[in-house]
Order: sequence, then structure tokens, then C-alpha cells
Amino acid sequence: MGDLSEFSLKYKLFLRTYPWRKIDPVPFAEVTKPLSESRLGLVSSAGFVPPGQPPFDDTIRGGDPSFRCIPHDCDPSSLVESHKSDAFDHSGILADPNLALPLERIQELEAIGHIGSIAPRHLSCMGSITAPGRLIKNTAPEAAEVFIQDKVDLALLIPV
Amino acid sequence: MSLVAAALERRGIPTVVIQLLRMVAKKVRPPRALFVPFRHGYPLGQPNNPKLQRQVLEAALALFEVPTPDIPLFAEFPHNP
Repeated sequence: MGDLSEFSLKYKLFLRTYPWRKIDPVPFAEVTKPLSESRLGLVSSAGFVPPGQPPFDDTIRGGDPSFRCIPHDCDPSSLVESHKSDAFDHSGILADPNLALPLERIQELEAIGHIGSIAPRHLSCMGSITAPGRLIKNTAPEAAEVFIQDKVDLALLIPV
Repeated sequence: MSLVAAALERRGIPTVVIQLLRMVAKKVRPPRALFVPFRHGYPLGQPNNPKLQRQVLEAALALFEVPTPDIPLFAEFPHNP
């Protein structure tokens, strides 16, 4: 894996011809503290929705660019995975949400002192957004603001 | 994902992106990425396999500890397949 071999011809063609946005220049924030003193936040593109929050809107052309805040202390089994794509197998995440949002795994890493602390809120957006203009302009900066407010030191981003 | 990473880095928060498609990372260029050999829908390897999930996480977090990396910094999981 790691290449296009798992996809149908339709998705292979799309992925090969899609005009990916190149990040240029590559922004780079310096790491200022050891991992063992850093607060870690997670970002998942699985479209996880916690109880009581609105679902993602599948009718928005180009993809719903919004994000949901996921309290770290939520019950992982209460999260609804709503990634709209039929290009991949959803059954692994349905069986174990840690596969895409490893809340229990980072709890273990905190317990052994590998990381300093955990963000009170993680973030989830919808993947496969084909028109990322609103994401770049509005929602990604808003998502960053959540982590700034919560004094997050490091972010790990996990696609599906 | 990489576009969200860029927004975080611009606000001073270092990021690591787990990456399933090498081709996408090379085009979009997130600052730090760990390539994983898993299919889509399985970014940390396998459901209900805490050991493997933790190994992937530890490999991703290790990228934060690379002193003065060349950016973009791309690494592979596992290191010795």
C-alpha cells in the first residue's frame, strides 16, 4: 500500500489528475519543548461527530469544510464516523475508532510519561474535500485557534 | 490534512501528518510526514491492535524530536520493513 493500487480505476484517475494544492513555502514551527513536556492534540479527517453536534453536510458541493471539536474525555464508541467516501473500507474504524482517532492510545502514552499532556479538545473534519478554498481561508485557521486557546504544543494529523 | 497542518504551523504549532499516499505528500508537501504502508481507512494499521497503533504513534511523534530537520521531513513506517 502507500500507492494507488488499492483504488478502483475511477479513483485512480481522480487522484492522478486532481490539482493538489502545493504548500509553498512550507510553513515550519520549531519544537520548543521535549515530548514529555508537550501537550498533544489530534486532528482526524474521518468526519467524527460527537453526540449532540450537527452532522456534516453531504450536500455542500466540493465538501463540507467545517470541523467538530471532540472532547478528549468522550466515550470513543459514542463518536459517529461519517466520512462520505465509498473509496475505502469503513469497517475497521467502526470496529475500533482508535484506528483513526487514537484517544485511548495517547492516554496510554500520557500515563507512561511519553507525552506531557493531552489537549482537552481534538478536531475532526471531513476528508475528500475537493474544493478546499473555504477550508484554507476559514476553517483551518479557526481550527488552529482552538488549539491555540487550549495551549496545544504539538498536533498529530491522521487522515483516513 | 496537510492544509490544516499548514494552518497550525503558521500559528506556531508543530505538526506531523500521517500519510497514506506518498504521491500526495510529495505534491502537497506537509512539513513533517510519516508514510505508513496501510490501506485507506486503516491509518494506524489494524483495529483492536493497540501495540501496532502505539508503534505508529511513537514513530510519528519521534519526528518532533529530529533536531533541525530539513523541511519537508518525510519518514517511513516501519524503519526496517
